[in-house]
Amino acid sequence: MIDEIRAAPALRPGRRGFGIRLHGSATAWIAVAMLGITVFAAASAPVLIHYDPTKTDLANSLQPPSAAHWLGTDNFGRDIFTRLVYGARVDLQIGTIPTAATFLVGLVIGSVAGYYGGVVDGTLMRIVDVSMAFPFYVLVIAIVAMLGPGLTNMYAAMILAGWVSYARVIRGEVLAARTHEYVLGARALGASDFRVIRRHLLPNVVTVGIIFAMSDAVLNILLGGALSFLGLGVQPPTPEWGLMISEGRDFLLTSPAMVLFPGLALLWVGVTFNLLGDRLTDRLRPGG
Amino acid sequence: MGRYLVRRLLLLMPVALGITIVTFFLLRLIPGDPAVIMLDNRATAENVARLRHSLGLDRPLFVQYLLFLKNIATGRLGESLIYRTQVLPIILGRLPVTLFLAVYSTVLAALVAVPLGAWAALRKGRASDQAIRLGVLFSLATPNYWAAIVLLLVFSIELRWFPVGGYGTTFGDHLRHLFLPALTIALSLTPILVRTLRHNILEVLRTDYVRTAHAKGLEAARVFTRHVLRNSLISTVSVLGVHLGFLVGGAVITETVYAIPGTGFLLIKSTFARDYPMVQGLTLMFASLVILVNLLTDMTYAVLDPRVRYD
Repeated sequence: MIDEIRAAPALRPGRRGFGIRLHGSATAWIAVAMLGITVFAAASAPVLIHYDPTKTDLANSLQPPSAAHWLGTDNFGRDIFTRLVYGARVDLQIGTIPTAATFLVGLVIGSVAGYYGGVVDGTLMRIVDVSMAFPFYVLVIAIVAMLGPGLTNMYAAMILAGWVSYARVIRGEVLAARTHEYVLGARALGASDFRVIRRHLLPNVVTVGIIFAMSDAVLNILLGGALSFLGLGVQPPTPEWGLMISEGRDFLLTSPAMVLFPGLALLWVGVTFNLLGDRLTDRLRPGG
Repeated sequence: MGRYLVRRLLLLMPVALGITIVTFFLLRLIPGDPAVIMLDNRATAENVARLRHSLGLDRPLFVQYLLFLKNIATGRLGESLIYRTQVLPIILGRLPVTLFLAVYSTVLAALVAVPLGAWAALRKGRASDQAIRLGVLFSLATPNYWAAIVLLLVFSIELRWFPVGGYGTTFGDHLRHLFLPALTIALSLTPILVRTLRHNILEVLRTDYVRTAHAKGLEAARVFTRHVLRNSLISTVSVLGVHLGFLVGGAVITETVYAIPGTGFLLIKSTFARDYPMVQGLTLMFASLVILVNLLTDMTYAVLDPRVRYD
């Protein structure tokens, strides 16, 4: 019986591929290209660049741009371009790890709440109400203040404060989808709750989660950069763009490249994810 | 209206209680014994025992929470580990600075966002709409602390048009000192307002009453200002509570960059000084402020739009 459901795609309408179905739009290709460049640079940094991003060379500090150092060197004599490229590794992680983790937690809790309703749902919605009252930055900073600064604690804070938004979005989608005939059909055929959620509901609601995650990734990169800038996130000497901006503050007049380029890098990645998110929204939710 | 207010207040109770639970458990996130960590190098067995007692850590969790509630009710949010006095008066002393900054940035953002949002909506799909949307895309992705530093470099250090930091004493001083910080926050608030407003105007333009207004021969400009813009603005303002959360987040960053003596800067300083009661008190205050503003916007909304009261 269950195999029949699996074999019958008609019972799962609305499921669409959320892979690369972006062709036909120039901006989408620009965004994909921008992402490709960033990921390529981050992945191949050790092969492409022979400078060490963290090794200090005080004899060569604050050098202007040259053939040897394209963007010059920082106050510790480290090559700014090298740190910028290595920074992409850290900042892309900040954009993906907490985003994926909050997505996953929100997906599980949101779908359970939406599917079962009742007390579980009521409790979730009260948690949502309460968490909406806390300004997101304040809540994240307060959690980091308690746990202590550092990348891992920053991730923990981002996940603790962030899962609720995902749960709310997914819960709403599941609530709407669970009355659809294909879900009722699967239940009538005796599929277990777990199976209904996993095979029938999740594929349909995950799209909305992905769209949400795209804009969330930008917010997380900006937040991660901001926390590192404030000294609460990534710690020196790790190359991270927010931290690099903070380190360059005191050398603004002598070496503006230290502040300028990490900021542009953040802007670049932010625009990339925003463009991708907008295109995906147009593609996956026409009119939505 | 009275019944609506009572209903909203009743709905607020569980949220208010929830906020106290979250802030109560914040302190429990401290790894290890909070008393030992708070006392740092002064953590003798006697001091630890005394602090544990004064924080109520030697009582059952539930009793601790009830004590916490009782203290909130009497305005005793805890004693700062740095200032050695109650945190509430310190927070309240700095709150006007942050509120000034929040209002200032909202005004600056609105001055830019209303014309831009209206323009984009009226020119939907044309070059100017595309340009505005591109601007929105870029400013949404701009880190505000970076913008703050760049503005500071150009306008305070190079051109010397504005002071480098601080708050000043007179109203005129505040306007001058907080201009760049407010502009920084406005830069990230504007794209959100433009997006919302553009969307709302496009929605209102499709309604029957706008068509009726046109049909009865009202001139286009009057239809736009009297009917379209007014209604779009009301629904934009109704999410003010959401924006407040955003403004506070922006204030934390900009106050720190510009060294403005507000609550945001206090939060960061207290975080580094491990002044846990201060962080806890600030978190509670910010959340209370958000629900208060939400309540006020709901009330204003109910006055402006009677349909809300009968939902």
